[in-house]
Amino acid sequence: MTSAPKEAKNQVQTGPETTRVRSITRMPSKGFTRHSPPLFSLFSWSGNKRRRGGGQENGLWWGVAPVADLAAPSARPLPVTGPATTTPSKQPAAPPDGGIDWTCHNTSIQPARRLDIYLVAKHPFHDVAIVGIANSEQARILEGHDSTTITFQAVHRVLADTGLSPSDIDGVAAGPFSGPLTYYMRNGPSWRHYMAPSIPTILDAASAIATGQCHTVLVAHGSAGVYTERASTAPWTRPAHEFVVAYGMFTAAEFALIAQRHMHMHGTTPEQLATVAATIRNNGHVHPDAVYHGRGPFTPDDILASRMVSDPFHLLDCAMTSEGACALILTTRERARDLPTKPVFILGGACDSFGPSYQHPPAWDLAGPGGRNNGYTGRWAAQKSFAMAELGPTDVDVCEFYDPFSFEIIRQFEAYGFCEEGEGGEFIMDGRIGPGGQYPVTTDGGTMSFSHGGAAVQQLQRVIRGVEQLRGTCVTSQVPDAQVAMCSNGGAGALFTDVMLLGTETP
Amino acid sequence: MSEILQPQSPGIPLPVPTLYSQPYWDGCKVAELRYQRCRDCGAITMDPAPACSACFSTNLDWEVSTGEGEVYSWTTVWRPQTPAFTVPYVAVIVTLDEGFWLLANLINCPVDAVHVGMRVKTTFVELSEEITLPYFEPAD
Repeated sequence: MTSAPKEAKNQVQTGPETTRVRSITRMPSKGFTRHSPPLFSLFSWSGNKRRRGGGQENGLWWGVAPVADLAAPSARPLPVTGPATTTPSKQPAAPPDGGIDWTCHNTSIQPARRLDIYLVAKHPFHDVAIVGIANSEQARILEGHDSTTITFQAVHRVLADTGLSPSDIDGVAAGPFSGPLTYYMRNGPSWRHYMAPSIPTILDAASAIATGQCHTVLVAHGSAGVYTERASTAPWTRPAHEFVVAYGMFTAAEFALIAQRHMHMHGTTPEQLATVAATIRNNGHVHPDAVYHGRGPFTPDDILASRMVSDPFHLLDCAMTSEGACALILTTRERARDLPTKPVFILGGACDSFGPSYQHPPAWDLAGPGGRNNGYTGRWAAQKSFAMAELGPTDVDVCEFYDPFSFEIIRQFEAYGFCEEGEGGEFIMDGRIGPGGQYPVTTDGGTMSFSHGGAAVQQLQRVIRGVEQLRGTCVTSQVPDAQVAMCSNGGAGALFTDVMLLGTETP
Repeated sequence: MSEILQPQSPGIPLPVPTLYSQPYWDGCKVAELRYQRCRDCGAITMDPAPACSACFSTNLDWEVSTGEGEVYSWTTVWRPQTPAFTVPYVAVIVTLDEGFWLLANLINCPVDAVHVGMRVKTTFVELSEEITLPYFEPAD
């Protein structure tokens, strides 16, 4: 176990009592000692590395500092601003310690300009806050609703949560409902986004706000009446594609191929998978709004006793199917000040994809340049997110990880750097991810117990729960004094993972 | 004795070939497992694709695999995707000896015998006039 003992870090001895203090070590938000590298430097670094065909591969290609470095930043000097005529071939390699290369490699920027950028550098996401969250009713089947009506219910609720009216919204990211919502709310002219919303959509919305395309975005999605052929698996679990369709593939089998490979490589056990499932299902068991409220409590043995769906996944290792909708509102930091809700800031976020979901063999070792592999999809998104946030894994108070299947939680702890590769199975044992543990996970019951309202809705719910944790308003499983939440979507069985870091304050 | 895995019967959903995958499915009809190799860089591309996955060239040739390889990962499915499928069935990702992956079902094998590293070979089952499916079976 290589992860630093977080509790030790978060607590200082003050006589007989133990007081929790924030573990976040941040540099001042302005000035020469700022820890975060300027974005121009980061992006040009990335581009140069790619042009060179990979180059040094220490898992830190994007200029992300290792955790130890983030936790104890030294007063680094200003970037060396060499002459503007420096050729790319003279660019230095990454520092031998694997830390951030502070040099601005973008030679098209004049030194003075680079200095300006450095002094004002601040990640654009940090100017965006999530100010509204809402869930509609969630149920196995929502009688009297279709996808549109249930989505509108969530929209009404999120407007009520925020105290905003439709005319305050100038951007809509609601997948197929973006057009209808803009028309029915008469909030045009409006920025819009047509992809079924999940973390990438939220990041797009934040980018649109940060770049001045709009100031307040409604993100919403819902699904009802879509899953009707109950003898088959849900339609979103089995997209037809010529290389999988005839082999009976659906999401459980796709993710099972990932889990089985990890079990072969590292000896991860069904009991460890079942421990994840029992933990998350027990979070839903106590949550009054969870579709499977009151269905537990579950022990790992209960999970293992449920019928096998796709080896190694028993029924209770898998997500459920349900119906429902949810919505969020994002706005500028400035506007958030005038709203009644406690703003939750986007500290960082990024997305990893290795291809389309459910069309090709979901191989653990499917690789991109430099050996970055699908088995750890999400790792590079997490590294970027941590760099933007100037944080590391040990700073995370609550892990709102996406839980399509139990193994995915184990994989994510390894991918994001909470533990070493192959140690995830051990890492999640002994209450570490349960209530009161070091890294409470998926605290509303997730897709296993809270709700899986269709093809995409449930992905937004990870962010909603993250916001709820940081507001301190969870009716169950509230993590005391939670200030940093890590939210994720996707999974290696689907060849993608998206990551967001939320915080009560920005660097 | 453990159940012996069988191929699926006609009635399951079948592949719809594309312009660039048609040669693969044509190969299956004559019991050939075809894969693409790049004329420019020599790399293998699989599943069939419009461009090389190593250098993105469109200068691709078709070659015929020995059809032999070993199981890379597997899952035994007990809840069918749709009622058209008979359970249990085993989905495997196989690393062919040429070095590419193929996802298919394992047949002619006891249901509990599958494991990572198991040697397998392709066998073909005709499911319609247009589609013959490659399956894997134990190599021995």
